[in-house]
Amino acid sequence: MTLAEFFSCALLAFGAPLVMFSLTVAIDPVRIIIMIAAAFGWLLSFLLSSLIWYAVWPLRSYLAFGMVFAIILQELCRYGMYVLLRKTEAGLKEISENHSVGTNKLEMAYVSGLGFGTMSGAFAIINVLADSIGPGTLGLRSGTEYFFVTSAAMTLCMILLNTFWSVIFFSGFDDKNYIKVGWVIVSHFLVSGLSLLNSRELYAATILPSYGILVITAYIAFRSAGGSSKSFIESFSTRSS
Amino acid sequence: MSNTGRYTEEVTEHTALMDGHIAEAHPDRKVAIARKRKSKSETQRTYGSVEQSESSGSGVVHRSTPPVPPQAPPSEPQIEELELKYGARHVIKLFVPVTLCMIVVVATMSSITFYSTKGVYLAYTPFHEESPYAVTKVWNAIANSLILLSVIALMTVLLIVLYKKRCYKIIHGWLILSSLMLLFLFSYLYVEEALRAYNIPMDYITLTFVMWNFGVVGMIVIHWKGPLRLQQAYLIFIAALMALVFIKYLPEWTTWVVLAVISIWDLVAVLTPKGPLRILVETAQERNEPIFPALIYSSTVMYCLAATTAPGAAGEGEQRPRELRPLNPHGGQGAEGGDRASGGTGGAAAGFDAAWHARAAEQRSLRVDSTQPPHYTTRVERHPMPAQPPPLDDEEKGVKLGLGDFIFYSVLVGKASSYGDWNTTLACFVAILIGLCLTLLLLAILKKALPALPISITFGLIFYFATRWAVKPFADALAAEQVFI
Repeated sequence: MTLAEFFSCALLAFGAPLVMFSLTVAIDPVRIIIMIAAAFGWLLSFLLSSLIWYAVWPLRSYLAFGMVFAIILQELCRYGMYVLLRKTEAGLKEISENHSVGTNKLEMAYVSGLGFGTMSGAFAIINVLADSIGPGTLGLRSGTEYFFVTSAAMTLCMILLNTFWSVIFFSGFDDKNYIKVGWVIVSHFLVSGLSLLNSRELYAATILPSYGILVITAYIAFRSAGGSSKSFIESFSTRSS
Repeated sequence: MSNTGRYTEEVTEHTALMDGHIAEAHPDRKVAIARKRKSKSETQRTYGSVEQSESSGSGVVHRSTPPVPPQAPPSEPQIEELELKYGARHVIKLFVPVTLCMIVVVATMSSITFYSTKGVYLAYTPFHEESPYAVTKVWNAIANSLILLSVIALMTVLLIVLYKKRCYKIIHGWLILSSLMLLFLFSYLYVEEALRAYNIPMDYITLTFVMWNFGVVGMIVIHWKGPLRLQQAYLIFIAALMALVFIKYLPEWTTWVVLAVISIWDLVAVLTPKGPLRILVETAQERNEPIFPALIYSSTVMYCLAATTAPGAAGEGEQRPRELRPLNPHGGQGAEGGDRASGGTGGAAAGFDAAWHARAAEQRSLRVDSTQPPHYTTRVERHPMPAQPPPLDDEEKGVKLGLGDFIFYSVLVGKASSYGDWNTTLACFVAILIGLCLTLLLLAILKKALPALPISITFGLIFYFATRWAVKPFADALAAEQVFI
């Protein structure tokens, strides 16, 4: 039972990102490198925010404090990735094996966002998953039985959100459209703030709005990447060209 | 060939590294011309940049473009980018084995408790850190690691001396003996512990049969010949086993100090002018020989089978007298001034095979002044990829990483995983990969010998300790409260 729970939670959290990785990223070495670099960037931001959280020991029990710094540092790091990628863009295009890379300016944004999100998702859930194998489980005597599955669902939400946020963020800076950047930061705070309710086991109040924000963010990201309703429908037809 | 003097003069320039290699020119790419370093001698000035003309030998991307007419020399930034291009694919070619090796070690560490329990230690580490005082532990660890380091340094120097004196028999005997021990003794221990951990009964007859076949195949593949994938698999397994041995038999703090000390040693041994590893590599290049296959992971085959003596490969018969064909550093052929005058393709590369010549000539993509790029690379090999059916793809350059680097990367990650925190493991893993990336990037920029350990291990150590002390409590608190940031 615990094993089934492990696999279902792991696949719920990482199934979609894994498919995205293997279909879009794994084919190109440069994208893999960018993804790992983005993961490293997230790691750096998390390291710094942990250091802040650790240093301000009186506030350690208030996770909201650490959360605020973590979000600010993450967005700074995302901006760092943006600067880095835009500076090396020409070179990256050249060194890419697949020369269709770079036809869409936001491709690198997507890849780095996926790296960012995967790392944050992994850090959020990997130890939880390791515990879910057993021998014990939650929800028999105390705690809630929904702990694992809600964690996995929120992780998936965060991974996808990070991917879309990066796309929106990059396009916002490209077009000098700072409303988009603002949306990224605001929705990041919103989703993370909502997840504070998780400790009170108000899962419906957390997950449903989070996925609502995910849908809105996905729509904005799709429009930012140049998609339209026509191209959305076309993407379902068979690719003959 | 005719220009040994020229060649040895150049050896210093692209002598190379022990630990990470990128080689640039690709077999099935046309050679266009580029110019670079104007201060160099004429041969060195001409510079072959390469373009992809058909599906790449590595199979990463299969793509074909029509032949492009000879192009004007690209500007310098483009050259840099082209170099990085090959870097990008080779980075992944190294990522995969490094990752596999780490996965083997981490999986073993987390499933077989034998390797994470202490008690027995190596003879090289006489201080067992049993004192409760941190200060004592620290000096124990430092003393242990210095002893271990001096043993390693001594062995390296011994190897160099033997190699300089051409005592190949002794070296091969040494390497064969050590791989024999790893493949039979340590593998047996590993299998025994694995069977015990999973509670699988197995009779000695089957076990002996399996171990014998495993070991013998391993010996053949590593020291003689065999499919490339198999050789790589065996090398990865050996590295993983060695890493597990280090993790098991080194005391706690000593492991960390050893990692730090070893990466400093790596820095010294590769970068200083008289560093032993540098001498080893330079000597190997002077002699036009590969470094012993048991010491280095290569993304291509270390030796060349009979197929290389393709008909019409004029200059090659004499160059490849042995079955275990040596390396062909670019400079050896690139600097052939005489040949250059006689025509582009002839001068281009004595190391290229006939089919390549034919195709290159047909595509008219070589100009008269084209030579092999002599200073792209730290070291270049051209060997067949076994997976490639036609001899057209006979040549493939190798990416190489010393097995020692595999071992110590895996020691770091394995040790990190032995505390049961996956965040730490993951952080160390990403940090090491980024370090490797940076090393290869530096390699492409500096084009000189670089040690692969220092950057990666430094990152790994920083992230290990930071994650252990600061990140883990924060991440655990976030996970427990289900707060997502």
